[in-house]
Amino acid sequence: MKHPGRMVRQVLSSMLRKPATVRYPFVKVTMPKRFRGRLRFYAERCIGCRLCMRDCPTDAIQIRKIADKQFEADIDMAKCIYCAQCVDSCPKKALESTLDFELAQLDRDKLRQTFRGQPPASQKPPEDPQDKP
Amino acid sequence: MSEIRSRNVTIPIGPQHPALKEPTSFSVTLSGEKILQVGVRLGYNHRGIEKACESRSFIQSLYLIERVCGICSHSHSSCFVQAVEEIAGLQLPPRAMYLRTIVAELERLHSHLLWLGVAGHEIGFDTLLMYTWRDREIVMDLLAAITGNRVNYGMNTFGGVRRDISHEQKADILKAMDTLEERTKYYISVATEETTLIQRLSGVGVLSHDDAIRLGAVGPTARASNVKRDIRKDDPYAAYDQVPFDLITSDCCDVYGRTLVRVGELMESYKLIRHLLNNLPDGPLAVKAPRKIPTGEAVSRYEAPRGEDVHYVRANGSEKPDRVKVRAPTLANVQAVAHMLKDRYLADLPIVVAAIDPCFSCTDRLIDLTRDGDGRCDVITWGQLHDYSMRWYKGQGMDLAKLNNRFKCGESS
Repeated sequence: MKHPGRMVRQVLSSMLRKPATVRYPFVKVTMPKRFRGRLRFYAERCIGCRLCMRDCPTDAIQIRKIADKQFEADIDMAKCIYCAQCVDSCPKKALESTLDFELAQLDRDKLRQTFRGQPPASQKPPEDPQDKP
Repeated sequence: MSEIRSRNVTIPIGPQHPALKEPTSFSVTLSGEKILQVGVRLGYNHRGIEKACESRSFIQSLYLIERVCGICSHSHSSCFVQAVEEIAGLQLPPRAMYLRTIVAELERLHSHLLWLGVAGHEIGFDTLLMYTWRDREIVMDLLAAITGNRVNYGMNTFGGVRRDISHEQKADILKAMDTLEERTKYYISVATEETTLIQRLSGVGVLSHDDAIRLGAVGPTARASNVKRDIRKDDPYAAYDQVPFDLITSDCCDVYGRTLVRVGELMESYKLIRHLLNNLPDGPLAVKAPRKIPTGEAVSRYEAPRGEDVHYVRANGSEKPDRVKVRAPTLANVQAVAHMLKDRYLADLPIVVAAIDPCFSCTDRLIDLTRDGDGRCDVITWGQLHDYSMRWYKGQGMDLAKLNNRFKCGESS
């Protein structure tokens, strides 16, 4: 039957329903397991193949050699587009997406993160190899 | 008095205007409230994505192409991936085909529910906006659970897909489809029985069957004018040749017809997703794709929620594409908008524009250079183009040659 106000009953019944929204930030929300959030780097697993650097669409990740078989990663969360291609590209699972999505910062520099493994036991870390142009 | 009445007025709507969600410019010539002519000017959101792809590797370009559009990101990435897979001669595992199709249909669901809400909003029916968008969240949550993100899913990769659907997720999707089907049936009853909605949308934005073909309309805009045009049927890709579904058309030829087509397509998508999930083949998710794509070119077609999406990719045997061209569905439909608005009232403009489900930033990748005066097209060299732009900016009072030497271009390029 055609008549105006077809949704009136629906509107009135929703007054008794719980709100569709969540009370964030008072109630924390958890992301689904596959969520691609802040990256984490496990320096001890890295073999320095730099496939992540090669595949990153935004040059957000830099892998540097600090000593023999020791690598550190600079990850710029401001550049990262959270596609997690680096996580897929890494043959040693040295990179991981976390569920952390609260990345807002007023200071851009705070989004730049350096991940180091165990500091080299004997000597100081040598100069950057600078093998990139 | 008579002089005022006979005078036509041209008003600009956009690039920035409350009736538009994205920057584009309509120049509307009015006689009173009646629209005599509409000129559409695109290009306010040009991001240079095609050119940027040429300086990135294929895998990097994939994520860039995915960001052509937020709503139909899977459409663009699938279309691009299909073209590259054709050049590289990759055969997808059946499970990858099915998963790609499931995400595509989920994307259609959220896009059509979004459109229904936007259309409701444009005609002042915000109740519909609130409820459809609440229901859309169910799909968004599903997409986030399957792919890891609400938009820009990152589901595709060359040779397959990146994420699988687990048994629990399958059960979740099937449950959500039941809820959404129930809700969509309710929206269909609202659309077919609510007189205010029917009267506001009927006879607005009329596009006849012949005009739809002549102007090359695509997607729900064409199907609402009873044009049986759907790439899923005409040129099946992914798993569409293995699943039964109906082509929804309407002979209303107006915005009301476009509403009916979209809610009808929602029902078809539920059917499709159920069928795909229940017949999901086992097997690997992807085949290994080479980094260097062999020389070749391919055109790929894809039925995005808004219509036919076309990608052209040319590879030269290196890691980077030689040329990428994107034709978003809005570009095909925008000519029809100008036609639909003719002899209509100005107040209909927001809903008629919204009815094609426009996405102007997806469309803005065309640079059309015509010579001043005669409007003739011409092939010019890079150097000539450079000189022309210098002269043009000088005419605007900016001398770029002085400003920065970097703008100077080498004769070699």
